[in-house]
Amino acid sequence: MIKSIIKYFSEIFRGVKSLLTGMKITGYYFTHPKEIITQQYPENRETLKMFDRFRGEVVLIHDENNEHKCTGCSACEIACPNGTIEIISDKAIDPETGKPKKVIDKFVYHLSMCTFCNLCIIACPTDAIKMAQTFEHSVFDRTKLTKVLNKPGSKIMAGIKE
Amino acid sequence: MFTLLDENGKTDTKEFTETQEYFVNMGPQHPSTHGVLRLLLTLDGEIIRRVEPHIGYIHRSIEKMCEKDSYQQVVHLTDRMDYLSCHINNEAVCLCVEKGLQLEIPERVKYIRTIISELTRIASHQLWWGVMGMDLGAITSFLYGFRDREMITDIFEETCGARLTMNYNVPGGVMFDIHPNFRKRTKDFISHFKKKLPEYDELLTGNVIFEERTKGIGYLSKEDAISFGVTGPSARASGFACDIRKKIPYSAYDKVDFKEIVFTEGDSYTRYKARIAEMWESMHIIEQLIDNIPEGEFKAKTKAVIKLPPGEYYQRVETARGELGVFIISDNKKSPYRVKFRSPGFSNLFALDTMAKGCKIADLVAMMSTLDLVIPDIDR
Ligand code: SF4
Ligand code: SF4
Repeated sequence: MIKSIIKYFSEIFRGVKSLLTGMKITGYYFTHPKEIITQQYPENRETLKMFDRFRGEVVLIHDENNEHKCTGCSACEIACPNGTIEIISDKAIDPETGKPKKVIDKFVYHLSMCTFCNLCIIACPTDAIKMAQTFEHSVFDRTKLTKVLNKPGSKIMAGIKE
Repeated sequence: MFTLLDENGKTDTKEFTETQEYFVNMGPQHPSTHGVLRLLLTLDGEIIRRVEPHIGYIHRSIEKMCEKDSYQQVVHLTDRMDYLSCHINNEAVCLCVEKGLQLEIPERVKYIRTIISELTRIASHQLWWGVMGMDLGAITSFLYGFRDREMITDIFEETCGARLTMNYNVPGGVMFDIHPNFRKRTKDFISHFKKKLPEYDELLTGNVIFEERTKGIGYLSKEDAISFGVTGPSARASGFACDIRKKIPYSAYDKVDFKEIVFTEGDSYTRYKARIAEMWESMHIIEQLIDNIPEGEFKAKTKAVIKLPPGEYYQRVETARGELGVFIISDNKKSPYRVKFRSPGFSNLFALDTMAKGCKIADLVAMMSTLDLVIPDIDR
């Protein structure tokens, strides 16, 4: 009889004690707001910087003269596991040699199909493409996710060969 | 209620209620199944008589897709199986391809892969811990688990380029060298988490409500664990020593000293304890490797188009959930002829019926949590 009463109260005591142990921790963080690591997004948009290697989307690098390094070799298109990249190439006359040469007409990139695997970037022989650190990709219409990466009027840099 | 006549044709005064077993569908959209898993429960009142898992709601035919992909491309598909152990899945495919090519990979790669694998394991267990608490009604643990996991995802983001589906392994090595901050960040994380892991114990492990709901519930015997092919912490809590890292060491596991966590009780509480103990061991492994990463190449030279010699190749690794097997049949083309994944989640799930017999529905939720199921891993 006495034993069962002691057991009864000791169990209550144990229960309350274990709850208080947990409450101690939550209480500690409640009174120490410095330890909280939550970021206030989107308020911190200006200061939020992603890591350099973060894979946001594929972009074609253009320099200030609107020139890029893509030769239209399609290595990235072949490396891509899910047909995200389509290279539509064209023929142009090389001004130096006067012979016809392959150039890109459109570098089509379907962002909605991309798995951000980075295989295209490491496949490119001329390092013409890279991953950008953008991450706010939501749009109202999915056709907007199909992008043409070469800027209008851009051309290939001199001296870049396949 | 029925009124019965006795042998003499007189009404029997005894009245009784007839009970009957009934079925309840748990899922496929039930939050506590952590994905699209449907369990067909046969119940007698609140007591579970039978659990019949119905799978296939998130089947993406990854194995079939592998047959059209090159070996480099196969790797990134395995990210989408057990996404919480994605680095370890990638590693399994790469090790299998390297075995086929008989490629000697640099020591540095082995160290990097092992460290990131162990970080992945910790991150996976942190998430599991948070979700486990949440399944039992404690939101607090969910937030605390994610708080510490954030540091690991930062390490991944800086070195591998993504937080979850990293695709950092390539056949022959890793995609980039480790970031200059990698060592410092990892050490920071270890010293931070060594202080924070005891908090996990204070919040959940010693809690009476938690103990009452897990102790002695969901018993899985060693024999059942072996016959169902249960692996990982779930099996080691039943006394079945099955750690591939110890039994058939791969990467740098033969160079480190760590204990295999084996308990014998086999109930939900022990499976919980096994995972907490594994986090301590993983930290111990990382500590041994982080300062000794050898200099050298981060990738062995491979051809741009990889063709495995005709034959069959198999590689086993230990993911956060158990044993993952990758089986590749090659016919000397640039894509594999057939790829088969032996995923840990699939085998672990089917032990649920044995474990849950005679328990209550609420206990089933706790049990499923301690099995740490990831549904895309089961369906593939
Ligand atoms: S990141 Fe991967 S999926 Fe995306 S375009 Fe490049 S190769 Fe294709
Ligand atoms: S691999 Fe590089 S150079 Fe070739 S098409 Fe793609 S972006 Fe252009």
